[in-house]
Amino acid sequence: MIVRISCMVFIFFMVSLSARASMEIYEFETAESKQRYQALIAELRCPKCQNQNLADSNAEIAKDLKARVYKLVNEGRSNAEIVSYLIDRYGDFVTYRPPLRPATWLLWFGPFALFFLVGLFLIWRTYRVNIAPESDTELDRERLEKMLSRHAEKTITPED
Amino acid sequence: MSDNKTFLYMLPLLIFFGLAILLYSSLEKDPRLLPSARLGQVLPEFSLPSLYGEKAISDQSMKGEASLVNVWATWCPSCRVEHPVLNQLAEEGVVIYGLNYKDDPVEARRYLERLGNPYKKVIQDLSGDLGLDLGVYGAPETYVVGVDGTIIYRHVGVVTLENWRSILLPLYQKAQIHSPSKEAIP
Repeated sequence: MIVRISCMVFIFFMVSLSARASMEIYEFETAESKQRYQALIAELRCPKCQNQNLADSNAEIAKDLKARVYKLVNEGRSNAEIVSYLIDRYGDFVTYRPPLRPATWLLWFGPFALFFLVGLFLIWRTYRVNIAPESDTELDRERLEKMLSRHAEKTITPED
Repeated sequence: MSDNKTFLYMLPLLIFFGLAILLYSSLEKDPRLLPSARLGQVLPEFSLPSLYGEKAISDQSMKGEASLVNVWATWCPSCRVEHPVLNQLAEEGVVIYGLNYKDDPVEARRYLERLGNPYKKVIQDLSGDLGLDLGVYGAPETYVVGVDGTIIYRHVGVVTLENWRSILLPLYQKAQIHSPSKEAIP
């Protein structure tokens, strides 16, 4: 119980810390642009950090990129324009939703391909399991009959 | 039938070796090194003051010779490590432009006074805007730029004599014979 409470306190502390870390004060003219800004920095990735979005990162470069996103949002650029603006400079790494192109096919279709292959394998295995025992019993019966008949021959011969 | 079974029994071993090779080959790779999105493109347009108050430096003024563009700052400890190497390269006649990235100009001048100035010119990027246009995500970074201003390579991290000889020098030599872009030729 004590452990659980201290865990909760710890998590609460961490959450409030990270919330404070990402506080930059930006004023927005409309609620819509504020929402766009927040959505963008949540799905853009900090290039310096290995796995953190701009919103959560306190790195210098993340601050700069947030300031730039803020500027571009206020200039009225569309979300797609802003994302491609950053991809032009920082590459696909900068977004958590990389664009579809041959180099990212594996990323986008890999999981579905794997799902499909595993599905095929499962179907193949189920099918095989259904067939196999029948043929085995068939074989067993043949063998059994052979053995029985041989045994019958053997038991009969000495009496002859 | 039995061939099929042998294959099935071998499968875990094969998967293991496949994974082992994959993971082992990635072991030495540094996930922090990103390829530059600007490779093969010309330098972004800019016009920024020089650290020494000479006339502004622009992408146009840098054309005509191959160069290295070294992103540095006084707040960057690794820059201090590579500085002697840059001094040595400058002595050997390598053209190096400094990009003083988000730095205090007074501190920067003092730093160069004390440690030597390997740069042909130092571009002063107070806001980091040129850095952002280049895709700089930390200092030091060193770009190899061709005669026509094409970005040929980006090196992330410290320049040492070893990686200069093995990676950067061959590219710098290639950059010198890089012909001006084809549109320029009538």
